[in-house]
Amino acid sequence: MAVDVQRYKTDVHNNWCPGCGDYGILNAIQMTLSQMELPPHRVALFSGIGCSAKTVHYVKTYGVHTLHGRVLPFATGAKLANPELTVIAVGGDGDGLGIGAGHFVHAGRRNVDLTYLIYDNGVYGLTKGQASPTLRLGVQTKSLPQPNVNQGVNPLLLALSAGYTFIARGYAFDIPHLIGVIRRAIEHKGSAFIDVLQPCPTYNDLLTKDWFGGLDRKDEQGRPVPRVYKLEEDGYDPYVRPGMGEDEIQEKQVRFLQKAMEWGDRIPIGVLWVNETVDTYEDRLEERIPSYRGARPALRPLADPKGRPLVDLTELFEELRVL
Amino acid sequence: MNHAHGPKRRINRLSWLIGGAQGSGVDSAANVFARACAHGGLYVLGQREYYSNIMGEHSYYQVRVSDKPVKAIRHRADLLVSFDAETVFVHACDVSPNGGIVYDVKLETTPLDRVPTLDARFREDMRRFLEKQGVGLTLKDLLSVVAQGGVRLYPIPYDDLLQRLAEELQQPLSRVKRAVNTLAVAASTALLQYGVEWIEKALEEVFRGKARVVASNVRAAELAYDYVARTFEDDFPCRLEPVETQEARIFLTGTQAVALGKILAGCSVQTYYPISPATDESVFLESHPSIRLRNGEEGALLVLQTEDETAAIDLAIGAAIAGARAATSTSGPGFSLMVEGLGFAVINEVPVVITLYQRGSPSTGMPTRTEQGDLRFVLHAGHGEGPRIVLASGDLEEAFYDEVRAFNWAERYQVPVIHLLDKALASTSETRPLYDTHGVKVERGKLLFEEDLPGASEDGAIRRFRFTDDGISPRTLPGTEGGIFWLTSDEHDEWGHITEDPVVRTRMMEKRMQKLETAAREIPREEKLNVFGGPEAEAVILSWGSSKGAIVEAMELLEAEGFPLKFVQVRLLCPFPAEEIAQELEGAERIVAIENNFSGQLAALVREKTGIAADHLLVKYNGRPMTVEEVYEGIKRCLTEGEEAPRKVVLTHGR
Repeated sequence: MAVDVQRYKTDVHNNWCPGCGDYGILNAIQMTLSQMELPPHRVALFSGIGCSAKTVHYVKTYGVHTLHGRVLPFATGAKLANPELTVIAVGGDGDGLGIGAGHFVHAGRRNVDLTYLIYDNGVYGLTKGQASPTLRLGVQTKSLPQPNVNQGVNPLLLALSAGYTFIARGYAFDIPHLIGVIRRAIEHKGSAFIDVLQPCPTYNDLLTKDWFGGLDRKDEQGRPVPRVYKLEEDGYDPYVRPGMGEDEIQEKQVRFLQKAMEWGDRIPIGVLWVNETVDTYEDRLEERIPSYRGARPALRPLADPKGRPLVDLTELFEELRVL
Repeated sequence: MNHAHGPKRRINRLSWLIGGAQGSGVDSAANVFARACAHGGLYVLGQREYYSNIMGEHSYYQVRVSDKPVKAIRHRADLLVSFDAETVFVHACDVSPNGGIVYDVKLETTPLDRVPTLDARFREDMRRFLEKQGVGLTLKDLLSVVAQGGVRLYPIPYDDLLQRLAEELQQPLSRVKRAVNTLAVAASTALLQYGVEWIEKALEEVFRGKARVVASNVRAAELAYDYVARTFEDDFPCRLEPVETQEARIFLTGTQAVALGKILAGCSVQTYYPISPATDESVFLESHPSIRLRNGEEGALLVLQTEDETAAIDLAIGAAIAGARAATSTSGPGFSLMVEGLGFAVINEVPVVITLYQRGSPSTGMPTRTEQGDLRFVLHAGHGEGPRIVLASGDLEEAFYDEVRAFNWAERYQVPVIHLLDKALASTSETRPLYDTHGVKVERGKLLFEEDLPGASEDGAIRRFRFTDDGISPRTLPGTEGGIFWLTSDEHDEWGHITEDPVVRTRMMEKRMQKLETAAREIPREEKLNVFGGPEAEAVILSWGSSKGAIVEAMELLEAEGFPLKFVQVRLLCPFPAEEIAQELEGAERIVAIENNFSGQLAALVREKTGIAADHLLVKYNGRPMTVEEVYEGIKRCLTEGEEAPRKVVLTHGR
């Protein structure tokens, strides 16, 4: 029984370009929330800056459209202050892996229980198509005066080395599959990263919906041979579980590496990595600070009915006493 | 001892200074001395000076002791306590004419050029000074010069005493060597005829939990004490005596005062990226992760070290949006990076507190030295125009209560609040009565919970930026049913959705700025400025921040000499209390502005906002805090020389 998906929609006019992959991701987010029956007021959606970041205005949950590259620190602060919230962060690849690359890495180190989707289209859309961090060396999308002079970063490999405990790839034009991936990411305890391939119809004339769908190559029956394929249909097992031996984990890492680097003729989507052996940051905090579980920082009562602080400084004064 | 034959003694008024290489125990030695005095009922104020370095560079610690509360450091030391040569070279000339120097006898032959850590400029000046005196370039030569001026010399054979200590404790000499700082402290207290038992008690406190360290240091103290009592009997003209008091007192630093204020205010998330001199505050907070509440429960205090300062402020803002009382602490370079996040908090009306310890700037500047150079910066930090509240504390009393104020104002006016302090306040340590928390209130402003929402909520969401008369809109916390809101760093409508509509933009700018007018109207005058001194004063001192202590003490000296003064200490810098300041300055015959920066930033601000210009600027920008003497001399010069006194007097005390 899903909650009516309309409950997760706002009437804000959507001003993305027609045909933008962002629509698919937006729909997938709204449908995942409805299928998971997450009450809108229990969800906080954060975004960076760019086309993708406007997502929060189209979703009826608590929505915070932050700063370029900074979505993860904001989302992390909110989640740690109130771990009862379901926190989802979104942004583009320029936002998250360019100006926000440092935060991306450090969020992985923490493993706070949140989900981060990068709308990965290889270009800075809102500033009219400059090369973004995932665009590969030598590639020339249509706004570029010269082919890209930088190498592209592989978000999946970066996520693994940073310590994300859930790493997946989605495709903006396969919404049912993307819903499944987002759902698993939200359900995962820890930092979940989803790299969503999101064709930008206006500025990326190379990584198009047609290209991903293989319209340029047909089989004998004249049917396109899609480049994107699902890992789930390939028998791929992403799980690293407690008790697994070193060898087994190493084998998983090697397979992850193969899949994460596969590109061109075959591009895998699905869940590539789920590490269930790492505590969340919240777990680590609870271990250090027992009161963290019972008194969430955001919900801690601060004053008595007369407005006097609830804090009792007696013990602290005692610690500093000299007379 | 027969005091009748001794010199005239000063009792319980002392300026004491200990120095040494960083990492050699200068801090703990000063801590032991200060605590020993504090336990005896004396008031203590300490100031720590150190290089941005871990081992080897010269650091020193000044401690003033009195039977009355002490407000600032003095340039002159009555007793200089040392166990290396550099300390004597650097500070010997600053010892009062009737003062004394405790030093290691074996270092007398040390030549000036054998102290590699001396700054080249200082070495050259000292060389010229000694040559001018017609003496050689060893430590002994310098000591002979100051001794001629009346300074008493107390050579201590540290090596012999350490040797004895090693024998008594049956430990290798290398092991007991670290106790040399205790020898020095004990030697000085012996000169002051202050009982060794106070030192022993302080040692137990400073080395709590390390019984063997305590035992060997206690024995070291006794050895030094005996040696001095036997060798220099009844010689030093200044004495410390315990004072009976029933008052409960604490001994704490500026960063601890701020931390206590944060804890009392209910701060539950503090973020930081390591930076001098702010980090001590976060470290203190992190060692108190669970706070005792009056209802018998505990409250969690998360201290989160982030990857950089952009993340530090953004994490704090995220936590504040969620509903936590959240803060971050930093210094100038960190705040430069936080400016981006500050703008977000401004446009989204997020209550977040930024505690800013100013230090020598610009750029990396002087990480461990003080300055009041960021006033103009924080007032305008960020592109465009938007409200923030800025308050500055003058001492550890204000630092504590101001931190609570910062949180209350942040929530009442839904603005970022910048609490300005500086390195001098951060590294001030003092004894003081327990803070009285009875009058303290927690004010959360227009915060709505689920039970407040029926009616206010439209379709599950609220107009987070609803236009109101006072500019402040009701706020909810994520998780509240019916309270959904949107925030965006873009300009937005009442719902928090992006807008570029010219009419909404105009109203939204006015709404945000209106909050400053509301705050200016509601904040009581006595929280905007402090006024010291009588209305009969013809001259007015204008200042802010940590210069307060030296000014108040200098005023007392000047008043005793027949120069009645008024001191206007500006505490609220934004919204700027222009009218209140103008009222205080009107009719003043002479206005002297005193600031620890180059240009006199407050004075310029006062002129901009009130049209009233200061006649004189006493400024200091050598990275050291103001001393009582230089402020006294500077003001006196302005008063006596009048029109002849230069408009700008640069103060230069400090080593």
